[in-house]
Amino acid sequence: MAEIRNYTMNFGPQHPAAHGVLRLVLELDGEVIERADPHIGLLHRATEKLAESKTYIQSLPYMDRLDYVSMMCNEHAYCLAIERLLGIEVPIRAQYIRTMFDELTRLLNHLLWLGSHSLDVGGMTTFLYAFREREDLFDMYEAVSGARMHAAYYRPGGVYRDLPERMPQYQKSSLRSDREVAKLNENRQGSLLDFIEDFTRRFPGYVDDYETLLTDNRIWKQRTVGIGVVAPERAIALGFTGPMLRGSGVPWDLRRKQPYEVYERMEFDVPVGVHGDCYDRYLVRIEEMRQSNRIVGQCVDWLRANPGPVIVDNHKVAPPPRESMKSNMEELIHHFKLFTEGMHVPPGEVYAGIEHPKGEFGVYILSDGANKPYRLKLRAPDYVHLSALDEMSRGHMIADVVAIIGTQDIVFGSIDR
Amino acid sequence: MTDRVESLEAAAREALGERARSIDVALGECTIVVAAADLPAAMRTLRDAPPLRFGMLVDACGVDYATWANRAWEGRRFAVVYHLLSLANNQRVRVRTFAEDDDFPVVPSLVDLWPAINWFEREAFDLFGIVFDGHPDLRRLLTDYGFVGHPFRKDFPLSGHVEMRYDPEQGRVVYQPVTIEPREIVPRVVREDKYADTE
Repeated sequence: MAEIRNYTMNFGPQHPAAHGVLRLVLELDGEVIERADPHIGLLHRATEKLAESKTYIQSLPYMDRLDYVSMMCNEHAYCLAIERLLGIEVPIRAQYIRTMFDELTRLLNHLLWLGSHSLDVGGMTTFLYAFREREDLFDMYEAVSGARMHAAYYRPGGVYRDLPERMPQYQKSSLRSDREVAKLNENRQGSLLDFIEDFTRRFPGYVDDYETLLTDNRIWKQRTVGIGVVAPERAIALGFTGPMLRGSGVPWDLRRKQPYEVYERMEFDVPVGVHGDCYDRYLVRIEEMRQSNRIVGQCVDWLRANPGPVIVDNHKVAPPPRESMKSNMEELIHHFKLFTEGMHVPPGEVYAGIEHPKGEFGVYILSDGANKPYRLKLRAPDYVHLSALDEMSRGHMIADVVAIIGTQDIVFGSIDR
Repeated sequence: MTDRVESLEAAAREALGERARSIDVALGECTIVVAAADLPAAMRTLRDAPPLRFGMLVDACGVDYATWANRAWEGRRFAVVYHLLSLANNQRVRVRTFAEDDDFPVVPSLVDLWPAINWFEREAFDLFGIVFDGHPDLRRLLTDYGFVGHPFRKDFPLSGHVEMRYDPEQGRVVYQPVTIEPREIVPRVVREDKYADTE
């Protein structure tokens, strides 16, 4: 009789469904997974070590590049940690702006997840729709920060600047006629807040579209129902957070349980799954998008009515305004010191965790009183989720591994750091 | 919030007793220092004792104290810092343990308590060279295949020791000693107390 051996297969790092640079060594018995061994680190840039040699503000743009589909949320955790160490209070308007952009970022992340997850298991259409909406969200990023992805908009002490009064518009070019430009600029006539409000009105209809494509789709359900089931106790032991934990039926959301910024003033529901499979996690994320949209709407209403400062006026932490810097010697010194030596953070240690779109994103800063962190540890949610891939995929088929990777919402920027 | 941290501190003090070397509360967070030998027992208490019930391990990381405050560090060099979360009581706690031997740091593994710690321990081993006794699969995780050294130690240069390039003569990728000089644009400064007082 022929000798029967398990077959070892390499999945990635250049597989399109590997979501970046995941190398997965699969041990197969026929088509059934016996063991999955993820090899990570192909995108390791040692962000934590780099941060040790840079001032606090210089490291901030690195945070965008961690989880590069939810940029502002990464910055948020980093800024929160510094603010807690410094003991400074962020102006209320900045808190609302942060809450609003956190939720817009959640939409940005979930739309990419939805598009790529459905693309992985065979649906092209959702991907195209999701990217259409992401375009509008990128425009919002661009309007406040000038950058479409890597915003560096949140700063310790607030946000870099206030929301623009005028939404940037498309210009006529050799590629676009007057009529096309006018159509593109239809909802960009007012301020950024008008544009966002218009988006929040349109968005529920878009989510309905995605649901029409997927929720009752026979192929989608065949690929996701009963795949990668995680029991609630197991999800907690494996360190799952965010939609992965809620999909298993644990009602845990840091925005509710340990509220930061102005989440305690917001009205929203926390969706929870029942079976803990890929389909339930899909439903949880879809509902989260609707809830995020609600939060954004509430923030827009408040921000319209309440002008005010958006960054602390402590010039040891935040730069002075440009005008006073040009006319006032002391402010000039502050500006110079802040951007050369940087701010000094008192000795101590702090852990700040936020409800990132993927789960709990934590920043642990250990400071010895210098102008640079002594040790910065970034706790990425998808790192923990990926470490459970072996357990989740055992006994499933090869094709299900793709669905499980998709449901984990993996981004290598934050796993490899 | 502060009452809750203090009640946590009291509960931890009672449950851990002698095993806790120190329990501090700072910035609204509770930090417990435990000797490496007592770690598994103390962590089991933190996980299971009814007033504590830290069911989730959020984070674990290595720390190298060699250049703390730009001075020579007295005391043990390597530490492992664990962050725990209690879903039942909605509380967090930080546990720190120092490895006894600086040349060969060893800390007991906690994989039996929280499976989530598996990769965190592999990462700390990879980046700091801290050995976790009892870990079932202590391989490198983030660095390259065949990497030498532990890059997050303070004596490891930021630019590393080797660089990789394509050699057209040999027709393959080769490693060679780094050709760039490490440079630090902003020096690391530790000011005297109250220099940057934010009040």
